[in-house]
Amino acid sequence: MTRGLTLAVILGAIWGFVAAVVIGVSVTLVFGVDASMTAFSALIAGIPGALALLYARELTDNPTAQFAIGMGVFAVVLVLLTGLAPLGLPLGTVPITSVLVLATLAATTIGAVAIAFHKKDWKTLNRYRMEEVLVRALKGLGFVFFTAIILLPFYAMLMTSFKKQAELLQNPLDYSINITQGFAGLFSSYIELFVNFDFGRFILISTIVSVTTVFLTLAASIPGAYAISRLRFPGRVTFSRSILLIYMVPAIVLVIPLYAVFSQLGLRDSLLGLLIVYPATTIPVSLYMLQGYFRGLPSELEEAGMMDGCTRLGVIRRITLPLSLPAIASVALYVFMIAWNEFLFAFMFLDSPEIFTLSRGVVSLNSSEVPRQHLMAGAVIVTIPVLVIFLWFERFLVTGLTAGSVKG
Amino acid sequence: MAKATAADLERARRRIGPIERREMRLAFGMLSPTVAAVLLVVLIPVLANFWISVKPIELADLRAAKPLVRERVQGEVTKPGDAFEVRYRARSSAPSEAVREVVFTHELPSGVTLTGGDDRCAQTGAVLRCDVGVLEPRARVDFNVTLSVDQAYFDAGAPSLRDTDPEATGKSKNALTSFEFTFENFRKVFDASEFWDVLWVSIVYTIGGTGGALLLGLFAAQLMMVAFPGRGIMRGLFLFPYVSPVIAVAFTWIFLLDPFSGTMNAILTKTGVTDGNINFLGQRGIALWTVIAFEAWRYFPLAFLFILARMQSLSSDLNEAAEMDGATPFQKFWYISLPQLVGIISTLFLLRFIWTFNKFDDIFLLTGGASGTRTLTVNVYEQAFALSNLGAGAAVAVVIFFMLAIFLAFYFKFVPKEEGM
Repeated sequence: MTRGLTLAVILGAIWGFVAAVVIGVSVTLVFGVDASMTAFSALIAGIPGALALLYARELTDNPTAQFAIGMGVFAVVLVLLTGLAPLGLPLGTVPITSVLVLATLAATTIGAVAIAFHKKDWKTLNRYRMEEVLVRALKGLGFVFFTAIILLPFYAMLMTSFKKQAELLQNPLDYSINITQGFAGLFSSYIELFVNFDFGRFILISTIVSVTTVFLTLAASIPGAYAISRLRFPGRVTFSRSILLIYMVPAIVLVIPLYAVFSQLGLRDSLLGLLIVYPATTIPVSLYMLQGYFRGLPSELEEAGMMDGCTRLGVIRRITLPLSLPAIASVALYVFMIAWNEFLFAFMFLDSPEIFTLSRGVVSLNSSEVPRQHLMAGAVIVTIPVLVIFLWFERFLVTGLTAGSVKG
Repeated sequence: MAKATAADLERARRRIGPIERREMRLAFGMLSPTVAAVLLVVLIPVLANFWISVKPIELADLRAAKPLVRERVQGEVTKPGDAFEVRYRARSSAPSEAVREVVFTHELPSGVTLTGGDDRCAQTGAVLRCDVGVLEPRARVDFNVTLSVDQAYFDAGAPSLRDTDPEATGKSKNALTSFEFTFENFRKVFDASEFWDVLWVSIVYTIGGTGGALLLGLFAAQLMMVAFPGRGIMRGLFLFPYVSPVIAVAFTWIFLLDPFSGTMNAILTKTGVTDGNINFLGQRGIALWTVIAFEAWRYFPLAFLFILARMQSLSSDLNEAAEMDGATPFQKFWYISLPQLVGIISTLFLLRFIWTFNKFDDIFLLTGGASGTRTLTVNVYEQAFALSNLGAGAAVAVVIFFMLAIFLAFYFKFVPKEEGM
């Protein structure tokens, strides 16, 4: 009995607090209502709420009624504790919103506790059942935690790009956007970037650089991976292992020599310079991923092709390549994403705005003269293609990712 | 590894026939683009760091010292026999290096002849050539010559001398290839008391970032083990931080954590968790933990994916048997799941340890290495480009290289073969 009560007290308190913070923050971030959070009151209110839920089980078998009792106690205690202003707002000001938010808050807290105690007799909790209750509660908290830490930055990035700096300085919690200002008003940062900051050209350059990098990388790594996985030659084992080593050399170690030599050769402030560096740094990754795939293809197919009179190159072209198209495509997407996201070399090498890549262009917005929403609009522009590619080919890419352990 | 190579060679030599030889040649041919690219852009630069690290070389030395020459024409010519008085002024653009064997040439219009002035100048055909010799840094050398004109000059329409520009050439020591060596860079790097701070920050950041990412990844993988509606979407969402460009997420974090108008501070003060605003990225002692949190946030998806893949490939027999024996959920996790994940977790730890140690972009964008977050990698940039001392930057890179060699030795020694990635 004490176990069940202790657990209910702890879970009620934790969920009351978490729900108040998450819901309060979400309501403020999304609607701009200043629903300041009464997190500590909710923490305290969660305790009687959770206890009421459990005792309600003694009174009735109807789960809805149990739930309603728990919610009711939670809400009443919260309202009393906060001096009749459960969300920092007196109940009268925005009645419907207030009541709705309060109900959601109560439902989340009591619901989470109810799910954790689902089908468990709280009076006779042994260690096994208690841990089950705890695991459920932890999982729930885990989902809330991960969703919050991931969504918050991306939401802030997107919404900031639609706002004005002054609004954000005034209330950093208010991410609501004013739709009545029309398309031009809403997208003014984006329009500004494309009109005055040449983002159209940056996108074009980034696309050209990334696609060229993909082709150069594949052109070198497909034959290389084939040789390592299929052909016998002295030093093969050493070679395939050293590819891994190359993979671990940090870019920052390469920057000084490449900067020095490229400066003297006149390659530094040029896209050609980037097109030398990018493929060279992605070839080892690509080769490593591809050779793993080639190794998995049955060599009997190739031998049969050779028997039928194909040359080695003919076999590669007619048998191996068509069979490994999925792997090649996923490697290509990866290399594209690596080149698109690349920041260090673009930042070090490129000085002239005429040849900025997109990431270099976004960095150039990081100055006190450029308002914050422009920088965030730039961040959205550079992120969207990557996320679209990723979501589109997710299953495909995740398999490749775990198979080849892509660096980051 | 060396042993295996020798054995390979031996075997190859023993039974090398025409077919094998052809196969070998084909293999080398197919590998040559990879080898060339890696050699030129990775291996040689890595070695070049050693060279640069023992040279007194500044960022400005990269600009080749170039002699420049300007002309100034005085006097009017109206009839054959008149003369221009021309002053050529040669100077050097180099801040510190002298330029040797400086010569400049100037193509004169037809009908213009050198008739007097500086005897270091001579005319061959239409070209005036002056020998400057050694040009000290920032020095100026003047040449005054008299150029007379004849009828041919007026027949050609009396073109201006300025129609062609004089051109200067010269040789200067290339700071990169000279044989001037110094240990000053290493002395500077190791002497500075901040070096040990930097090293310490690097290690704390690496261990904290790696451990944080692994713990979050392990937790996330536990959440995703059991199927539920929307799991696919959740998994996609969990990977967002990892696939998004670092510049986008880093700037977003900077704004969220802004000490004056950041959302994070607003949330914390409004919920009553903190009293005043926290300068997450600007306060020594806090900033390091913030960048560690960023690192864990950005890279937990990778650990998550690997651990989830391993968990899904494990058989459930053991778990079921333990369940029958009455093991509680936490006991099952601690005594059954976790031991089976030790292999993948230790591999991930070593890999991520090395990559986190190598990380530059994240800290550079978040704090620029300020307020106690300067790691070795950021120090490379700081020395080479912020303080313009390429040699010192390369010296730090050499230190990184040696530490990396130690980590890699560990990696190859301790990573179980079956987990080898």
